[in-house]
Amino acid sequence: MYSDKVMDHFKNPRNVGEIENPEGVGEVGNPVCGDIMKIFLKIENNIVTDAKFKTFGCGAAIASSSMATELVRGKTLEEAWEVSNKAVAEALEGLPLIKMHCSVLAEEGIHKAINDYRKKHGLPEWEEKNPHSHEHEEDLTCQH
Amino acid sequence: MICMAEKRIVYMDHSATTYTRREVLDAMIPYHTEFFGNPSSQLYSIGRVSQKALDTARAQTARALGAEPDEIYFTSGGSESDNWAIKGIARANRKKGNHIITSRIEHHAVLHACEYLEKEGFTVTYLSVDKYGLVDPAELEKVITDKTVLITIMYANNEIGTIEPIAELGAIARKHKVYFHTDAVQVIGNVPVDVKAQNIDLLSLSAHKFYGPKGVGALYIRKGTKIDNLIHGGGQERRRRAGTENVAGIVGLGKAIELATADIDGHNRHIRELRDRLMKGILEKIPHARLNGHPEKRLPGNINISFEFIEGESILIWLDDEGICASTGSACTSGSLEPSHVLLATGLPVEISHGSLRLTLGNVNTDTDVDFVLDVLPKVVSRLREMSPLYQKSGKEGGCNVQ
Repeated sequence: MYSDKVMDHFKNPRNVGEIENPEGVGEVGNPVCGDIMKIFLKIENNIVTDAKFKTFGCGAAIASSSMATELVRGKTLEEAWEVSNKAVAEALEGLPLIKMHCSVLAEEGIHKAINDYRKKHGLPEWEEKNPHSHEHEEDLTCQH
Repeated sequence: MICMAEKRIVYMDHSATTYTRREVLDAMIPYHTEFFGNPSSQLYSIGRVSQKALDTARAQTARALGAEPDEIYFTSGGSESDNWAIKGIARANRKKGNHIITSRIEHHAVLHACEYLEKEGFTVTYLSVDKYGLVDPAELEKVITDKTVLITIMYANNEIGTIEPIAELGAIARKHKVYFHTDAVQVIGNVPVDVKAQNIDLLSLSAHKFYGPKGVGALYIRKGTKIDNLIHGGGQERRRRAGTENVAGIVGLGKAIELATADIDGHNRHIRELRDRLMKGILEKIPHARLNGHPEKRLPGNINISFEFIEGESILIWLDDEGICASTGSACTSGSLEPSHVLLATGLPVEISHGSLRLTLGNVNTDTDVDFVLDVLPKVVSRLREMSPLYQKSGKEGGCNVQ
């Protein structure tokens, strides 16, 4: 069901953990839906110098978090913002259709962490080009 | 323990399916090769041999259930039997009423058949269950009306293993003169069944759950029951179920049910011992874990445990990596992640339902298997928890163990 790449990133996830005093943090998802991702970014001179994650979720959710953190490391914030869910899924050599929302979650987690950084620095938050309805802290139903 | 392609496999998913016993397979093979005649072809010998084989299987099945041979109808499996019982009774008794009673924890073959009938104008009452998954007989009696034509409650639940008070429910149905059907797919060979003593009018079973072949099952229909056909065509199964009989499969079912019910107590003792040690070990070794289902009124091989802060599919992938076959109540398979309707019906919070694991033990399991799972599972759970943001938040505080 999963590609070798997904299995590799699930079994040997890169960048698991937290960053102390991160410049940006983004948490997306909902325990009721069965997946939560928390992304931590270390940012120096507009460059993502480190990215880590903690994820509650299925195999695809864990692999997507791992790949997304790999993809944004070393990128400028502008470049990191452009890392789409499609790019995450492609880098994983594909995700089953029913698991594509896991890559969406990863993209949103990165975006939220970047905006957290921008907010802290008094910068206007960037707008989601394709807003997803993945956040519903109040709403306890799942409507991805 | 079984070996597949040289990789060690620990199979703990017997509620999903079982292997076919060698004795069963041996009994079946001649009906594929030598005695392939159509049982309807009575004018030559190999047709008559097939017919005789069906008679034998029918008698074996009837004996296992405390029924008469002419009350046994062979089908393609549990789903067909459930569909036939529910739709057949509902339609044949439409003049009497349009009300059906079932429970919220039934198999989808029952639930979806009921939902289908709702579209045809039937009203269905879905009984709640308590935190163990038990249906309350008093609750059943309360919802029966003069329009009720069928009560269908499963004998034991496939996910959490809870065994329902079938004799009590059957007695209530009988008292109110309502037909009583039970999906007994999980119980054959695990619990002694006596359709007469337990007031069961219709009972579904499936061979591949008790070491028989897949694709064959049976429906017990008490004599005198008013039921419509589901499959129309030829006059097989005493004009009740059309289609050339799956002779070899039926022979396998007969042999399998005979073997499975020959020594239920002995079989259970062994499996329960293994199960209890595994269950106790998991709950002792892994914090924030809770047992789903009833502590005693459960199928001998069933374990269903929820682990907080983690998700079921990721547990299964790691177990598979170690060669352990299990299943989960979590269905992290779509945009709308719906965990098991059974776990939710027992009142388990949705987020905890996502982290549930079902291990169902059976004939192939050994003490070594139990030791192996007890070694692997705690590592898998702790590894996944280490990367879970939920564990980080609340992991060290009270979890579901204290509820």
